[in-house]
Amino acid sequence: MMHGETRRLLRGLGFTGLWIVGLGVFTAYPVLASLYYSFCDYSILQRPVWIGLENFRELASDDVFWLSLRNTLFFAAFSVPLGTIVSLSLALLLNQEVRGRAFFRALFYLPSIVPAVASSMLWLWIFNGQHGVLNQALAPIFALWGGQPPAWLGDPAWAKPALVLMSLWGVGNSTIIYLAGLQDVPRELHESAELDGAGPLRRLWHVTLPMISPVIYFNVVMGMIGAMQVFTQAFIMSGGPDGNPARSTLFYALYLYSTAFYDLRMGYASAMAWVLFLLIAVLTWSANRIAAKRVHYAS
Amino acid sequence: MTSRTSPPYRFALYGLLGGLALLFVFPLVWMFVTSLKPAEQTMEAPPTWLPMEHRVSWGGERVEVNLDARVASPSLWLVRDGPSGGEHRLVPAEGFDPAAFSGWRVAARAESGWWLVTERFSTKVRERVPRRDVVPPGAVETRVRPRWENYPVALASMGGRSVEEAEGTVQERPFNPETDATFLTFLANTVVVCVLGVLGAVLSNAIIAYGFARLKWRGRDALFALTLATMMVPFPVLMVPLYGVFKDLGWVGTLLPLWAPAWFGSAFNIFLMRQFFRTIPEELSEAARIDGASEWRIFWRIVLPLSRPVLAVVALFHFLHAWNDFLGPLLYLTRKPTFTLALALQNFQSQQGGVQWHHLMAASMVTVLPVIVLFFFAQKTFIRGIATTGSKG
Repeated sequence: MMHGETRRLLRGLGFTGLWIVGLGVFTAYPVLASLYYSFCDYSILQRPVWIGLENFRELASDDVFWLSLRNTLFFAAFSVPLGTIVSLSLALLLNQEVRGRAFFRALFYLPSIVPAVASSMLWLWIFNGQHGVLNQALAPIFALWGGQPPAWLGDPAWAKPALVLMSLWGVGNSTIIYLAGLQDVPRELHESAELDGAGPLRRLWHVTLPMISPVIYFNVVMGMIGAMQVFTQAFIMSGGPDGNPARSTLFYALYLYSTAFYDLRMGYASAMAWVLFLLIAVLTWSANRIAAKRVHYAS
Repeated sequence: MTSRTSPPYRFALYGLLGGLALLFVFPLVWMFVTSLKPAEQTMEAPPTWLPMEHRVSWGGERVEVNLDARVASPSLWLVRDGPSGGEHRLVPAEGFDPAAFSGWRVAARAESGWWLVTERFSTKVRERVPRRDVVPPGAVETRVRPRWENYPVALASMGGRSVEEAEGTVQERPFNPETDATFLTFLANTVVVCVLGVLGAVLSNAIIAYGFARLKWRGRDALFALTLATMMVPFPVLMVPLYGVFKDLGWVGTLLPLWAPAWFGSAFNIFLMRQFFRTIPEELSEAARIDGASEWRIFWRIVLPLSRPVLAVVALFHFLHAWNDFLGPLLYLTRKPTFTLALALQNFQSQQGGVQWHHLMAASMVTVLPVIVLFFFAQKTFIRGIATTGSKG
């Protein structure tokens, strides 16, 4: 007879065995290998050669790297706050006593599950400078001042704002999360605030927002992590990994991808990946620090 | 509370909601409308809302035409006979000098507002030059006609046929199974990735989560903490070595990297299922144990049937992820016959340079439609899934 403890251990390992293999092969090994490659010259065709901090030194003086970082931070700095405002506003509207809430909720949510490739095609068409429906609509307005609407994805100054605009179409997912949070806010809080004479705006600011601050925190952090890795839309809408026009949509993930799989500089790309990891960790940690002061967790 | 039910408040609220709903739904509607238009109507300014068909009477025969332009001022429609249908020209009537146009005859006098029209061929006829004419607005008969025929053409050209081949105006090239594919291949690949991935994700994560939620063993909590920690690793960190792993396994160029890893669990789904399993009363398991049931039997017969809601959420979101994924197929698939729909759609767009907007929208519509249908059938699961994974995750 086996010892009870050993039997329990074997049974536990039996159930989690698949994961132990998966964790090792598809996560743990890649993480360690990537860390090792980041200190190597590695092209996948040949064995990695240790070069110490050379990759990181090169990154520091790589203008394209810094450009891709700036582009990504620009995208995150606009898409995350704007997305938060839009999705929170939609959720607040849906949280009113409205008939057909499920219908409206479905309409707002639907765009967020459209495959990124298809939505990129669609927005490529909408943003088309010449025949796109957006500029067809804007042209008469711009004509009042004798101007022309921008060429959006064809114009280095407007390509990133266009992608930010497109990202707002996909906020339905966080709208649902906010709505669920809003519906958890106890009615009594609102009613007692109302009895104390607080108007709708004061109630929003002093009751609703503090009560759902954990949800806001969660959405902002997840949104930020996602924005730092934006890839598919930019890849498709700029026609490849170059971030056209004029590298204006060359985002971090795009540069990393082309470094690894076009230039076959896997070591350098791994160094970039670790810098991204650290960056995300620092941003999340900062958000945590802010949250510790601002986020209200109901006991 | 009175203010919230007052008519102006309701009016503003529904106005705002309705306006925003229109804004959100418009792009999808536009995709659908564009997919049903003939090419030249996608480029009209101002845009038309519906796919139209314009017809005029030519020699007693009703012929479909394109409306090329409106005549701006009274003009003369000049015709000169010649090979392949001759030549046409529209010149201003004012100050017309017949001497400058010897050999031409005046076929019509057009008032401003008349239409310049070109014959529009049904797709399969290309052997003669299209007829052109100028006609009064009253002679143009216009009706709505969606071009469903865009869909088969778009899907065929997605598979690598040229538009002419797809329309049947030129002979098709012989099919080379090494480099060519059809839309059905892409669909089948996508379904394989989705179905095998969903099966793997549901089964493996349930088994694994059971080990974490309902069994006590040494090292369990440490392994679970490690599992949660891996959720923080962004994909780009894994991307390069993972490619190496799949290359060593001989999986690059096959569909395996896109579904096989799902059979080995994923941290987030393990977490989700563990949370759910823990809410199932332990007494149920105890009773079964006293009856001599094995742990596997308890899992399979008691816990799993009670966990349908969470299984549905995991299945749904894995399906959605697999159907929508672009980066994975881009990394691992190299030959066209292995492409999934997402990659095939992008490949289609990049190859034809993005002028055939009606075909591109038709192909996009086909990849979006299953997701929309799924949403309407599984709306509750979607909403519940997001709400639980979001606020409590």
